[in-house]
Amino acid sequence: MQIELRHIHKRFGPVHANNDIDVTFQGGRIIGVLGENGAGKSTLMKILAGYQPADSGDIIIDGRVADYRGPQAAIHYGIGMLQQDPLDVPAFTVLENFIFGSRMRHTEARARLREISQRFGFSLDPDMPVSQLSIAQRQQLEIVRLLALNVRALILDEPTTGISAEQKALLFDTLRSLARNDGMTVLLVSHKLEDVIALCDEVVVLRAGRLTGRGEMPLTTQELVRLMFGQSFAMQERPAAHLGDVILRLEGVHLRDKRLSIEHLNLAVRAGEVIGLAGLDGSGQGLAMRACVGLVKPVAGRVFVGNSDMTGKPYRAFLRRGVAFSAAGRLEEGLVAGLSLTEHVALANERDMLVNWDRARRQTASQLAAYNVRGRPDDLIEQLSGGNQQRLLMALMPEQPLVMVLEQPTRGLDVDSAAWIWRQLLARREGGTAIVFSSDDLDELVAYSDRILVFYAGQIFEIPDASATTIDQLGHLIGGEFEMATIGKRLT
Amino acid sequence: MNEPFLLILGSIVSNATPLVIASIGETITERAGVVNLSLDGSIMLSAMAGFVAAYAAANGGSPTELSLLIGVLVAMAAGALVALIVAVGGIALRRDQVAVGFVLTLLTADLAQFLGQSYTRIPGPTVGQWVLPVLGDLPVVGPVLFRHNIFVYISFVLIFACWFWLFRTRSGLALRAVGERPEAAFARGVDVNRLRYVYTVLGGALVGLAGAAYSLGIKPGWATPPPMRGDGWIALAIVIFGGWHPFRVVLGAYLFAALRAVSTAIQRTPDIQISPVLLNLLPWILMIATLVAVSSGAIERLMRLLPGSFQRWTRNVLRSDPPAALGTRFDAG
Ligand SMILES: Nc1ncnc2c1ncn2[C@@H]1O[C@H](COP(=O)(O)OP(=O)(O)OP(=O)(O)O)[C@@H](O)[C@H]1O
Ligand SMILES: [Mg+2]
Repeated sequence: MQIELRHIHKRFGPVHANNDIDVTFQGGRIIGVLGENGAGKSTLMKILAGYQPADSGDIIIDGRVADYRGPQAAIHYGIGMLQQDPLDVPAFTVLENFIFGSRMRHTEARARLREISQRFGFSLDPDMPVSQLSIAQRQQLEIVRLLALNVRALILDEPTTGISAEQKALLFDTLRSLARNDGMTVLLVSHKLEDVIALCDEVVVLRAGRLTGRGEMPLTTQELVRLMFGQSFAMQERPAAHLGDVILRLEGVHLRDKRLSIEHLNLAVRAGEVIGLAGLDGSGQGLAMRACVGLVKPVAGRVFVGNSDMTGKPYRAFLRRGVAFSAAGRLEEGLVAGLSLTEHVALANERDMLVNWDRARRQTASQLAAYNVRGRPDDLIEQLSGGNQQRLLMALMPEQPLVMVLEQPTRGLDVDSAAWIWRQLLARREGGTAIVFSSDDLDELVAYSDRILVFYAGQIFEIPDASATTIDQLGHLIGGEFEMATIGKRLT
Repeated sequence: MNEPFLLILGSIVSNATPLVIASIGETITERAGVVNLSLDGSIMLSAMAGFVAAYAAANGGSPTELSLLIGVLVAMAAGALVALIVAVGGIALRRDQVAVGFVLTLLTADLAQFLGQSYTRIPGPTVGQWVLPVLGDLPVVGPVLFRHNIFVYISFVLIFACWFWLFRTRSGLALRAVGERPEAAFARGVDVNRLRYVYTVLGGALVGLAGAAYSLGIKPGWATPPPMRGDGWIALAIVIFGGWHPFRVVLGAYLFAALRAVSTAIQRTPDIQISPVLLNLLPWILMIATLVAVSSGAIERLMRLLPGSFQRWTRNVLRSDPPAALGTRFDAG
């Protein structure tokens, strides 16, 4: 299917999110849509998929002007979109989700679901509630559902966050097959350049709402970065660590949540140390990090900050001692949807009973400038693009804490923003702040960590010198093949 | 089984009927993501309106059946109207549904007493008992289930209709999706707010029907203070107790009516001396205890021990989470 966009404009107040976008996507190809945070990628994709109307401009499908409103109408024109957070109904079963929005009958739907799943090697149990599926399975369900509705163009907005390497490979095979064999148009929005290199035939680049570049693959990472930012930059150099005293200590800690348990974890974090936590989503990293900051109470064992026993104390007490945390679920745990940026800053900084709004607003404006957040003090948090939300989170952190515990601090960030975040972090580390972070980007883990802990189903493997490991080895460890490792040891 | 015991069971079924109808109505509304908190007031208002309309029609010379039909329709219209105000306030005017509903509870309760002033304690048309042929003659179930007025039979039909609509039809899928994840429903081409209007008004009409079931059937007539005062809150609690599932909701309504029957029976027995206040609290205490048991996750853990196919079947019945988008607003794109 050929999709032409002609002079697409979209404004949000003063923000020109899409400015005269003019581009043609050919059928049978996988096209990468690149651009820095807030460039307008999601906006454009949502316009294409009917989730929001353009202010002006035309969408021309196979030579004919298509005029539609709403995602269902877009599907009739053959365009389906996979949202980053799959838009399904968690309370429904797989089959109910599959049927909902189509005209299929029960038995027919069951057969279609099985047939399409089988073609791509998905294992979807029709009677399983969607709330029990992994993100990857929910994506698979959405793909199967959209295919059953005969879409001929598939849009994916950052589909590879939070899914395992195997599931990613399966997803990529599926997308390749759809483009090559079915002649579908596949649009992939991604910040992960290695994914783009692995998958795409072509890239387009957005910048500040405008289409600023195109390129035929293959291109190298360096070339892609130059396309996006007009310059290329090297990974942050990691200055040699000068480790100080132990400032955070877990002693024989047992942790448990609904899904897994971690037994007898001993961990000492020293001033100025960077510890990377590797592992698939939900392997225990989140649990361990929350235990470090008092958000999860250990079933047994003790937690020390400096010399004081903080076991069982709430996060507030940890924060007062200089242990700060930011969660991966930005809008779920870290930020409050419905509050403005100023209100967030006030929430983090104001200590008096009455909020001094003038001061808070001034402070917000200066923080936004200092942290290069694209937004205004009165914007609601959910109006910011993902990358800008992450920058704001960073701005809300204390200036020089003892320990920063960061869950996926660069998830969804473009290369430039990620590098920027690390410049901030490493600067704080120079002042003695220890950093414990998790990431699903193996390059990032190896590049910035002094030590790496690999989590697999609640078991932990320690690599004492991150620079001595390779991406390949780390990949095996993440898959639970602890015995393959030549360096390091089991921690639990 | 002995006769008096069956009679008691029969009266429990009959007394529970308005609760059943009202809580089924509220279940439908809340499944669509809207809370209609006005139940206590709107039941009274519709009971009064239904009675007055039937009374006036009968006095104007209409035959009894027609007068009763008019009464029922007016009661349902009254309930639907109050629900419509909740929906308009919550959706179009973007007010908090709980606040709007609460104010309406107080307002409609007062309105009912004010407008009904001159109609208290007068006889009017009532719906008589209708023994169902064949079914009514069955042993045990006959006297318990099939020798009642028509409201009871309507409630039976409603229970199954509601279940069928929710879990067996495409429209039911849309209804539940609107209350669970309106964004997803929107993406599937559902007009979220339109559906919310429809089901809020429909639920309100059923609340109105519950009012009519009181004033034209189970507690005939009108009085001050209204005899059904407080039952709206009970219906709201029963919806939660029932986990928003029609079968469990109905079970809750019957359980509550049974507990009430027990406590009145004890009060009538001269040898047992328990404070009537305590006895009146009994149904509530048991209700809260069950609620705690249901929401503590004990049932979920128990369920995991059951075989898979059984789990699937019971999943809908045993869940205890409210619809995920209950009480929230939705703005498209
Ligand atoms: N609903 C909205 N209301 C107000 N502003 C919005 C809205 N949606 C997007 N924006 C703004 O439009 C611009 C483009 O946002 P968009 O989400 O398209 O960026 P993006 O390229 O997808 O970024 P990211 O890589 O961070 O996801 C941003 O400045 C953002 O703040
Ligand atoms: Mg985006």
